[in-house]
Amino acid sequence: MRMSGAEILIGLLERQDVRMVAGIPGGANLPIYDALGSNGRIRHVLVRHEQAAGFIAQGAARVTGKPAVALATSGPAATNLLTAVADAMLDSVPIVCITGQVPRALIGTDAFQEIDICGMSIPATKHNFLVRSAGELLEVLPRAFHIAASGRPGPVLVDVPRDVQTEEVSFDSWPEPAWPAQPPAFDVTDVERAAELVNAAKRPLLCVGGGVIQSGASRVVVELAQKAGAPLVTTLMALGAVDRDHPLNLGMPGMHGWSSANIAIEECDLFVAIGARFDDRVTGKLDEFCPSAKVLHVDIDASEINKVRCAHAGVAADAAAFVKALLAHIEAGRRPGWLRHVALLKARHGLATPGIEDPRKPYGLIAHVASVAGVDAIITTDVGRHQMWVAQSYPFKKPRAWLTSGGLGTMGFGLPAAIGAALAQPGRPVVCFSGDGSLLMNIQELATAVEEDLNVKIILMNNNSLGLVRQQQSLFYGGRIFQSDFRHKVDFCLVAEGFGMRRIDLETAGDPASALKEVFADEHPWLVHAPISAEEMVYPMVPPGAANSSMIGGEGDVWANL
Amino acid sequence: MSGQIFETAGDCRGERAILEITVRNHPGVMSHVCGLFTRRAFNVEGILCMPVGDGTTSRIWLLVDEDERLVQLEKQLAKLEDVMSVSRHGANHEVFVRLEEFFRA
Ligand SMILES: Cc1ncc(C[n+]2csc(CCOP(=O)(O)OP(=O)(O)O)c2C)c(N)n1
Repeated sequence: MRMSGAEILIGLLERQDVRMVAGIPGGANLPIYDALGSNGRIRHVLVRHEQAAGFIAQGAARVTGKPAVALATSGPAATNLLTAVADAMLDSVPIVCITGQVPRALIGTDAFQEIDICGMSIPATKHNFLVRSAGELLEVLPRAFHIAASGRPGPVLVDVPRDVQTEEVSFDSWPEPAWPAQPPAFDVTDVERAAELVNAAKRPLLCVGGGVIQSGASRVVVELAQKAGAPLVTTLMALGAVDRDHPLNLGMPGMHGWSSANIAIEECDLFVAIGARFDDRVTGKLDEFCPSAKVLHVDIDASEINKVRCAHAGVAADAAAFVKALLAHIEAGRRPGWLRHVALLKARHGLATPGIEDPRKPYGLIAHVASVAGVDAIITTDVGRHQMWVAQSYPFKKPRAWLTSGGLGTMGFGLPAAIGAALAQPGRPVVCFSGDGSLLMNIQELATAVEEDLNVKIILMNNNSLGLVRQQQSLFYGGRIFQSDFRHKVDFCLVAEGFGMRRIDLETAGDPASALKEVFADEHPWLVHAPISAEEMVYPMVPPGAANSSMIGGEGDVWANL
Repeated sequence: MSGQIFETAGDCRGERAILEITVRNHPGVMSHVCGLFTRRAFNVEGILCMPVGDGTTSRIWLLVDEDERLVQLEKQLAKLEDVMSVSRHGANHEVFVRLEEFFRA
């Protein structure tokens, strides 16, 4: 066979079963676009900003678990992509980003639109490649997919100089499509040691992290909780791994978590972290995090074990495989006292949801949306108070239906991630909860959603402010609100109209509940404008850097009464 | 420069260790290794790198502080795609000692 680098690249994507890519063409990747156009079997979604291409790939990858692809040209396009790449790194999302680069002879000359994107993306990727010849693509591209999907998933960037894209090369056969590596093996002694810790514990607690979703371990983790008589908490990244209403689920821990989750962590004598990484937003002040507990840590990434909290036992393993093996060694049906205690904790100190009946209040709006969106809906958010309200209160049932920027906390994530999810799973409604600050960060993607006519419903919780920042200023900066309230009010309904998107204003709708029902009965994209008072706070809240026991609001006096 | 020069009276260095890393030899691998240390806020005191054998691999020697994060650094290094092996030696390993004569002020 004789082909150009660009044709090889597209051929490899197709063989890798990539059916959709998102991006924007430009000088340094035009040969790739030309090959993509001629191929005709891979759908290209034209975004309006490269960051959105990265987030669309993330949206697709987060719902399917398979690597998804974003394309950008060199220079400013590659740097635009970088935030979404960093976001994928921190949340362990497998994406492959293919950037155009200036021709080989011009590299290092400060050529037009030249930037060393490999250098820039080192700390934000699992790995990156500068491809030096068309033939090298045959090895590099499958490896990129392999790396992205193996072990702890993450982003890989492949930088392809323009003359590598046009270079013709002969080759005998295509390489095999790449598969993820086998997860690390573990010993039966690891399992026995872990089982000993669990069996000896009086008050064990499972901390279910994003790794449980990555490894498809939801079912076995619930079995473990039931068999061991151990309640569980689900981190922000793991929402949906366990039915929120499961009696053993004490909710989300951490800064804006449920009191019941934080209290149980304080009280447990064995903390079993499964695919969770002791993020500071979960632990609060580290020294005071589950102070009296032993720690058992299971993570596919060996470097997570003992990184921030020393484990009494740590195993580098796939969560599903390890928990399955562990189950056989667990003594069943014990600890009725502990279970009674945590049931009481949940009943008394679960989440307080003031305004849950009122669709014009945060919790009420979310509950009404949940009731019309249905159990198949995929939920995305941006970053801010709206994100925390949804994380706290949405009735998540299934894994891979909750997409949020956890580690990097990137405003602007929600809309393009929703678009990516809708493209990957066209049969399901996708809901993007956003704030006015966040939506403006990738507002141009309204055009993409309309152009692709996707079943995306944007619920814009508009407080005309950077709400979460405002909240920190009111609570921890003496109420000095500075640069977190917008002075100009954007007319988002008019904006939506300008983009050709259907919209509805819950402020003027006579009956917001039935208005929502109508919106969700329709399969086209919609913007739902929902005004929210800037005074609405998200509680509880652990002050940044403080111990979780100094949680304020919501259930203010809980800790004093323990 | 208007800054002040701080001088230390004696030897204020803590324990040192030497890491020996075998990597695939291709452009960019040094930035991946060095970038890791910057990113994880870990200081490197000395660095040496040469190709070995037929040049498909290189060996990197790093002189680093021996603190409790070193194990973590070794694990992070092992995760890099182009790193084939990582091992640790005590500070008395000869590789940097012999070099010292090239670095006399
Ligand atoms: C890209 C980016 N810039 C800045 C921040 C800091 N930040 C965190 S929350 C927030 C305010 C978010 O406002 P909005 O989207 O309106 O949501 P709200 O809190 O009002 O619900 C800001 C500025 C961030 N997380 N991401």
